[in-house]
Amino acid sequence: MALSRIASSSSRSHLIKPLTTALSLRRPISSLSSTDDTTTLTFETSVPFTSHRCDPPSRTVETTPKELLSFFRDMALMRRMEIAADSLYKAKLIRGFCHLYDGQEAVAVGMEAAITKKDCIITAYRDHCIFLGRGGTLLEAFAELMGRKGGCSKGKGGSMHFYKKEGGFYGGHGIVGAQVPLGCGLAFAQKYSKDENVTFALYGDGAANQGQLFEALNMAALWDLPAIFVCENNHYGMGTAEWRAAKSPAYYKRGDYVPGLKVDGMDAFAVKQACKFAKEHALKNGPIILEMDTYRYHGHSMSDPGSTYRSRDEISGVRQERDPVERIRKLILSHELATEKELKDFEKEVRKEVDEAIAKAKESPMPDPSELFTNVYVKGFGVEAYGADRKEVRAVLP
Amino acid sequence: MATIIQGIGAAAALSSSNSFDSKRFHLPSRRSLSERKGSFLVVRSDGRVIPGSNPRGRRTDQLITNAVAAKADASAASTASKPGHELLLFEALREGLEEEMERDPRVCVMGEDVGHYGGSYKVTKGLAPKYGDLRVLDTPIAENSFTGMAIGAAMTGLRPIIEGMNMGFLLLAFNQISNNCGMLHYTSGGQFTIPVVIRGPGGVGRQLGAEHSQRLESYFQSIPGIQMVACSTPYNAKGLMKAAIRSENPVILFEHVLLYNLKERIPDEEYVLSLEEAEMVRPGEHITILTYSRMRYHVMQAAKTLVNKGYDPEVIDIRSLKPFDLYTIGNSVKKTHRVLIVEECMRTGGIGASLTAAISENFHDYLDAPIVCLSSQDVPTPYAGTLEEWTVVQPAQIVAAVEQLCQ
Repeated sequence: MALSRIASSSSRSHLIKPLTTALSLRRPISSLSSTDDTTTLTFETSVPFTSHRCDPPSRTVETTPKELLSFFRDMALMRRMEIAADSLYKAKLIRGFCHLYDGQEAVAVGMEAAITKKDCIITAYRDHCIFLGRGGTLLEAFAELMGRKGGCSKGKGGSMHFYKKEGGFYGGHGIVGAQVPLGCGLAFAQKYSKDENVTFALYGDGAANQGQLFEALNMAALWDLPAIFVCENNHYGMGTAEWRAAKSPAYYKRGDYVPGLKVDGMDAFAVKQACKFAKEHALKNGPIILEMDTYRYHGHSMSDPGSTYRSRDEISGVRQERDPVERIRKLILSHELATEKELKDFEKEVRKEVDEAIAKAKESPMPDPSELFTNVYVKGFGVEAYGADRKEVRAVLP
Repeated sequence: MATIIQGIGAAAALSSSNSFDSKRFHLPSRRSLSERKGSFLVVRSDGRVIPGSNPRGRRTDQLITNAVAAKADASAASTASKPGHELLLFEALREGLEEEMERDPRVCVMGEDVGHYGGSYKVTKGLAPKYGDLRVLDTPIAENSFTGMAIGAAMTGLRPIIEGMNMGFLLLAFNQISNNCGMLHYTSGGQFTIPVVIRGPGGVGRQLGAEHSQRLESYFQSIPGIQMVACSTPYNAKGLMKAAIRSENPVILFEHVLLYNLKERIPDEEYVLSLEEAEMVRPGEHITILTYSRMRYHVMQAAKTLVNKGYDPEVIDIRSLKPFDLYTIGNSVKKTHRVLIVEECMRTGGIGASLTAAISENFHDYLDAPIVCLSSQDVPTPYAGTLEEWTVVQPAQIVAAVEQLCQ
């Protein structure tokens, strides 16, 4: 296999020269899936990794057409889901807070590709796409957003509380920073049961200034817990730019005695490489920090226009130069795994799939009034909430 | 060894055992801890055993239900043939904890100085050498994050016990306790259970200063999703500890700094108490006195004076602070028609305040007089000894309140 050469004139614009292989990869693709996972494609990540107290992994990544196409598929689905959630919010079907992830899909997809469902992921409230990556369905996601019974938390959690126990996804938390000690606990349980899995605890550049993070870092390093702390640095903590909130915005160095790695979070393969490296590191040597340099196109949440603290030029600039879906599209086209038209058709299919899921979710009923009191306590040994006459406490709603 | 009971009116309070619940039975022979088989009994506070809970049912009538060391009995039998074994409250807690750790490998302890040091009140002494450093984990001083860590571990199925060196320190972990511990079962639609036990000493001690003498039951009581219990004797300390560990819900177990050296004889057999039941300490006819934790002993001391004056108070140790055992309390109110609540919590928004509201709502028709609630003062606990005494309710005030109510 001939190696490709990436001529990158600057760190921001990427010109990917096509791979010259003996095989022609031109094949008809009807549903944009490829079972070809034997051909190896090799290219370099957009920027080299910067490391703190460790040797960075190689810049050269290998992948297969199957994986490449699946990345495109997953990211396009996530992108479409978030845009659809935007319209649903404006149509007042989703209420409260809705934090959208579009622009950051590469982190979710790259991380999934490097790990198994036995590894745990825990994050804060920007959790829709990670939920999808962990095995959640579109129907569960939209039903939960609209507060219906068919949602992943039966409608009782909402946008900020998506969970999937079987998929190893532990949420979905409203108070940022608090999920990091929880992630430490997941890693502790993994070490306790000796099952050779790791935990990824995600947080943002805003939450990186929480004290409990440093407490968690200390404990994870003290006991060599297999915890990987991932800072999704989208450069804005709600309306505050990172340079206004942090004295040292080099979040990957914040661990001091804990090694760190800075990764281009808009490049799914860089994320995958870094996560693989981090998993091996964590199982052998204990915690490591990954800083994903990423960007969100939407505002902090749907109540935030996102333009009062940054210019529209900046947003459109990033969209043009670093968009994660575009990067994968260019890779696919340059390696001739699909045509432009096929990709466009696929995106139309995705759009249809999302619309169908929304329609189905709209049919899902609202939770029963009795659900107000279920799952407050677990029924079982030594637990009933007794009223005056030893019957279960019941409330009669009008 | 000499009985060491700190600051609760010594053996006088406990020796009025003749007026205690007299359903008392004797085991024919002593059995050591290691000989016990795996079966256990669920004991209700009035001595009845829940049928079917013990597969070997024949032992039900041979259980000591209220095994307080009593002078009246001591003269009848020699120490060697007395059933059960004597220990101090912190040893009872340790025994319960150790039995549960033996029984279930997922049970682990986390806290400051619980491992090598053995626990600041010796509740976990000897456990770290036996079970290892990971299972009895010495944490750094980081309450917020080690509480969060325990909750995260509980989400995967472990059953951690979080020890706050003093309950007051757990205020630093309030976010984790309220948002993650209490709410995760609900917001995940039932996917995760959080079977943690949060325990530690609280209450007013001996001149420990304001920040180490906090009464925190009231702060945690509104959190939906958690249960709260308060232990007061070695017998109920061990039983509640075991029940809390076995429960799938997060339980906060309130211990009291001054009660750790209480001595009592408890059964050799394994027993687990119910988390939601109150304990009938002394049945009576004239007035219901509801109390918990250390104030139980002040009440019993006042009861002695009251009995001499001709009153017959019914004393109930509510034990379960959330949810209240309104069944036992309600039956008592229906009998006596007068209620006095004696607690160590603050007046404003305390356990007594909630209990007053609950009783008024449910049993208003049965009350002949307004409910009186004696709580500790709404002040930070002063250091000076005399001032500290006046912060909490004293037996003399209890006697005066009963006399007033029973007019």
